[in-house]
Formats: sequence, C-alpha cells, structure tokens
Amino acid sequence: MARLPERIGTIYRGGQGQWSWALHRITGITVILFLFAHILDTSLVGWGPEFYERVVSVYHNPLIRLMEIGLAAAVLFHALNGLRIIVIDFWPKAAEYHRQLFGVVVGLYIVLIVPALYFMGRGLIRNL
Amino acid sequence: MGVATRPTTRPGARDRASSTWELWSWFFMRISGIILVFLVLGHFTIVHLLGEGIDRVNFAFVAGRWASPFWQTWDWTMLFLGLLHGSNGLKNIIDEYVRSPGKRAAIKGVLYVSTFIFMLLGTLVILTFDPDAGRSTILPGA
Repeated sequence: MARLPERIGTIYRGGQGQWSWALHRITGITVILFLFAHILDTSLVGWGPEFYERVVSVYHNPLIRLMEIGLAAAVLFHALNGLRIIVIDFWPKAAEYHRQLFGVVVGLYIVLIVPALYFMGRGLIRNL
Repeated sequence: MGVATRPTTRPGARDRASSTWELWSWFFMRISGIILVFLVLGHFTIVHLLGEGIDRVNFAFVAGRWASPFWQTWDWTMLFLGLLHGSNGLKNIIDEYVRSPGKRAAIKGVLYVSTFIFMLLGTLVILTFDPDAGRSTILPGA
C-alpha cells in the first residue's frame, strides 16, 4: 500500500506526520523547561511569604504575560497531539485516518485556544 | 514519540521493544499523558484563566489551596507525573541525538540527578506545608 518515498536516504517524509512530530518535541521541551523553573519559584512558598511575594510580583510584567500565552499555546498543542498519538497507538486502524485526526487536533486547538487567549489577553491589557 | 518506529499494538509490542523497561516507559508515557491532560489543563484553567488569572496569585492564594488535601494531592500528582513524563521525554530525545556514549551517559546523568532533586524539593514543599505557620515545617531555613 505505502510506496517508498521519492527521496530515499532521509527518514523525513514531510506532511502532517513529520510536522506534528517536530512540534510535539519542541512543545514538550518548552513545557519541561518551564516546569523546572515553576518548581523552583513555587517552592519559595515553603520559606514563607517574603520571597514568594517578591517573585510573583514579576507575573504582572507584560513580557511574562506574553510567555504565559506561549506556554498555554505549547501545553495545549502537546496535550491534544499527545491524545492523537495515543489514539493511533492503541487503535492502529486510526493510522489510515491520521490526516483527518490531525485536522481534529487543529480544530479542537482553535476552539480551546481562542477563549484562553481572550482571558489571558485581558490580563495582559490590564497590566499594560 | 517517534510514532512510526515505536510499537503500535500491544500484542506485538513486547517483541519489538528493545527491552521490557523500554516497553514500560512507552506505556507510562501514554498513561501519564492522559492523566496529565486533565490535571494540567484543569490547573491552567483554574489558576490562569478564571477570575483575575495570575493577577490574583500570591502567597495567600497558594497557602489557601495547600490547606486542602485535595489540591495538595492534585499538585503533587501533577508534579510527580509531569516530572517523570517530561524527563523521560528528554531522555528519549537525548538517546536519539547524542551519538557519543560517554556524552550521552553524562547528559542523562545530569538529567536524572536534576529530576530527583526537583522531585524531592517539590514533594517536601507541597507535603510539609503548614498553612497555620505559613511555611514548611521541615525545610532547612524555613
């Protein structure tokens, strides 16, 4: 069924499969690096209010609020695309519809990111 | 991660995975991933989107949440699964891109030690936080 790709010698085939794979890695690395930082900042709570209040005052900074939006964008893609991978892994027939499944991921992504952008954008404007 | 090269069906997976450990790691990524979708998207909605979002996050906000065993359990589960899922993902990426065995072992060593320290720190802070004292009960200097 599947024919060999024209460009023999590379394992990359392009299309939704390759790009969703690359985005999954990039968003995954983004999220784990944020998690390391987030564990450090939140841990200050264990040492009482003084340090923690100083750190969270940074959360009003518009640049940090833009990074918050970027984090949401990365987490949501990783979550929805991860569910797509799981569907294909545990229900191999779904691989035949992988383009449509990726379409579902994109559709759900838009439906969920738009309200999130509204709420986070409101917070960003409030702090300008 | 690499959808095309990893085992795709459970019956054949054991034969194709390089070891039982790798198979468990593959399985763990799927199970923890499903749980994390709910925990993380829920956490993000509650803390970042509702009300005034992170403008209302301060010491009292976090202390109030950790006064409840429900949110302590939620946050600790998220910490535990998130760290293992993320570190395991990084480990897979390191395995694929770092060709020199010495460098690969060294980088993975740093990753494993860091993961352990983050896990220990996060666990101590969440589980020993005393809302009445307003700080952790056993952390040095706290």
